Amino acid sequence: MKIYIPCDAAALAMGADTVARAMESQIKSLRIDAQIVRNGSRGLLWLEPLVEVETPEGRIAYGPVSAESVASLFDAGFTRGGAHPLRLGVTEEIPYLKKQERLTFARCGITDPLSLADYMAHDGYRGLEKALEMEPAAIVGEVLNSGLRGRGGAGFPTGVKWRTVLNTAADRKYIVCNADEGDSGTYADRMIMEGDPFVLIEGMTIAGIAVGATRGFIYIRSEYPHAFRTMQRALAIARSKGYLGPNIAGSGKAFDLEARLGAGAYICGEETSLLESLEGKRGQIRPKPPLPAMEGLFGKPTVVNNVISLATVPIILDKGAQFYRDFGMGRSRGTLTIQLAGNIKYGGLVEKAFGLTLREAIYEFGGGTATGRPLRAVQVGGPLGAYFPDSLLDTPLDYEAFAAKRGLVGHGGIVVFDDSVDMAKQARYAMEFCAIESCGKCTPCRIGSIRGVEVIDRIIANQERTQNLQVLDDLCEVLLDGSLCALGGLTPYPVLSAIQYFPEDFRKPAPPPQNGHASQEISKWR
Amino acid sequence: MSQVECFDADRALSRIRELKHLDGPLLPMLHALQDEFGYIDEAAVPLIADMLNISKAEVQGVISFYHDFRHQPPGRHVLRLCRAEACQSMGCGKTISHVEQRLGVKLGETTPDGTFTLRDVFCLGLCAHSPAAMLDGEPHGRVTPQVADALIDSARRRQ
Repeated sequence: MKIYIPCDAAALAMGADTVARAMESQIKSLRIDAQIVRNGSRGLLWLEPLVEVETPEGRIAYGPVSAESVASLFDAGFTRGGAHPLRLGVTEEIPYLKKQERLTFARCGITDPLSLADYMAHDGYRGLEKALEMEPAAIVGEVLNSGLRGRGGAGFPTGVKWRTVLNTAADRKYIVCNADEGDSGTYADRMIMEGDPFVLIEGMTIAGIAVGATRGFIYIRSEYPHAFRTMQRALAIARSKGYLGPNIAGSGKAFDLEARLGAGAYICGEETSLLESLEGKRGQIRPKPPLPAMEGLFGKPTVVNNVISLATVPIILDKGAQFYRDFGMGRSRGTLTIQLAGNIKYGGLVEKAFGLTLREAIYEFGGGTATGRPLRAVQVGGPLGAYFPDSLLDTPLDYEAFAAKRGLVGHGGIVVFDDSVDMAKQARYAMEFCAIESCGKCTPCRIGSIRGVEVIDRIIANQERTQNLQVLDDLCEVLLDGSLCALGGLTPYPVLSAIQYFPEDFRKPAPPPQNGHASQEISKWR
Repeated sequence: MSQVECFDADRALSRIRELKHLDGPLLPMLHALQDEFGYIDEAAVPLIADMLNISKAEVQGVISFYHDFRHQPPGRHVLRLCRAEACQSMGCGKTISHVEQRLGVKLGETTPDGTFTLRDVFCLGLCAHSPAAMLDGEPHGRVTPQVADALIDSARRRQ
C-alpha cells in the first residue's frame, strides 16, 4: 500500500515534512505494510499537505493534514480509505480537479517525480519516441501547428522560434529553459520542476533534436532551491539511463543539459538578460536584433523557452498538433496553467483551455477572497500586469482579449486583492519594484522608475495633484515607448490601470507626514 | 543554519578551480564561494579574475549586480520575508513590521548578536499560502506575526 505525501515546496511550507515524519513513525509502531511516496503537488494548494492513499476504488485524498491529525487518521483506518473529517474522497473526483483539462500537468502530483519508471508508466518519453522517427522540420512543423505560444508571458509562437533556430546554420546551437519564474502570483514552473521534472527534460530534448542543438541549460531562480535540487537529481537519473548524453535512447543523437542557478535578479527572466547571466555577466538586457534565435548564448543560435512551453512539447508530439490546438479560443490555442494566488479562498493550479473568464477562475475555482471581504482588484500576469476592477472580470483568459483591455495574461498568475487594498500604494510599489530590479541599461527604466516613485509620493501627499498626475502620465508614456524591454515597458500597466479604474485612491486626503517627511525613500532594504 | 566560516584562499581556489571547465563559470563560482563561506570575501575577487582572465572590475560588477551575493557574512539564520504582490494582498506588511520590531533590525540588516539576518524577497512561488517566508532555505506559508514569532523562537532554540 502506498501513501502519497507531496514534496512540493508549497506542501513543505505547510508542514508536509513533519506530516511525513509522523506518518513514518505511525507506520513503524503499528507495523503497517505501507510505503510513503513523496509525490509532486496536485495543485489543490489550499488543501496542502494533501495526503493520498491507494485503495481499490482509487486514490483517496485527505487534507489539509497536520502532524497532529496523523494519529487520528490511522485510528480511522485511513490506509484503507476510512472515514475521517479530513477525508476528501477520490482525488480525481474532487470538482476543482475534475473540471480541469490537465495536459501539461497530466502527471504532476500523481507520480514520484524522481522515478523514471513511474514517468514511463504514465506515457513518459512517448513524445520523444515519436520525435526520433521524424525529420527535424516535421517536429518544428508539429509544434508550429499546435499553436503553442510562449507561456512565459510574451506569447510568441514557440514553433516560429524553433524554425528560426533550425534554419540558422551554426557549429553549435543551444536550448535554454527560462525557469526564472519571478512574477508574483506564479508557481507553475516550480510545480513542474518539483513534481514532474522529466517532462521538462523530455521537452528540451525534443527541442534539441528538432533544431539541431546538442546542449541545453535550465536557468532556475535561486529562490527555488527545492526545484533546483530536484532538477539536478532528475538530470543525473536521465543521464544514467541514457536519456541524456551522446546517444539519446539509442538513437545515435546527442543532447545534454545542465541546471544553473540564478542569483536573485528579476530581470534575468527577460531572455537576453538570462543569456548574459548564463555567460557569467551582469544580467543586463541586450538590444534586439539580433534575436537570440540567431545570435543567442555565446553568440550561437538559441531557443529560449519558458518551462511550461517546453513541458508542453512532449504531449504535443505524443498526441499530435491537432489534439492540442483543439483546446482554446481564437489565436490562444491549448491550455493555460492558471495560478490562483494572493487573497483567494481556494488557491491553486488550474489548467484549463484558454477562454475561461477571469470571474470563472476566481469564483468557480477560487471561491472568492480568502478574507471573505469584497474583491476590489485583480492583477493578472505578474508585477507588470494591469490591475483589473470587477467590471473587467468577464474578460476571457486569452492573449488578445487581455491585450485589448491593456492587460497581460503573462504567465497566468492571478493575484486577488480585497477592498482593504490601497491602489495608490500598489501603483507606487510597481514603480519601486521597477527601480529595484531595473538592470540599468536604458534610461527610461533606470531613472524613470525612480522619478515615478517620487511623483506618486507627491500625489499621495496631495502636492499639486492635478499637475503631478499629468507628469506621471507623461512619464508612463516615456517608459512605455522608450524602454528596451518589458520591465520598463510594461511597468506603466499596473500604474495607469490603478489610476484609471481606482481614481478615488489618488484623491484621498494626504496622510500625516512620517518622520517629518511627506515622502518615503525607495527601499534600500536589499 | 547558514554556515559562516573564515575565508581561506586555498579552499576558495580549489572550489573555483573545480568549476573552471564550465561554460560561463562565473555565477557557479560565486555561488560555490558563498555556499562555502556564507559570503564572498573581497579577497576572492582577484583569485577569480586571475583564473578567468577578466578584470577585477568585471567580477566585482557581477557580484554587485545580483541581489543574492554579499561581501559580509550573514547572521547564523537568514529569514527572508516575501513582499511581492500576492503576499501584500494577505498583509505581509504587518508581518514584516512585526518581525522588524521584534528583532530590532530592518530588512537587509543583521541583528547585533549575529543571530538573524532579515532580508526581503520578491516571490518564493508560494503565492497560494501568502504571506510566505523562507528560513534558512526552508519554505513557510501563512506567515502571520504569530507564525513568524514561532519561526524565530524555533531558530533560536536550534542555534
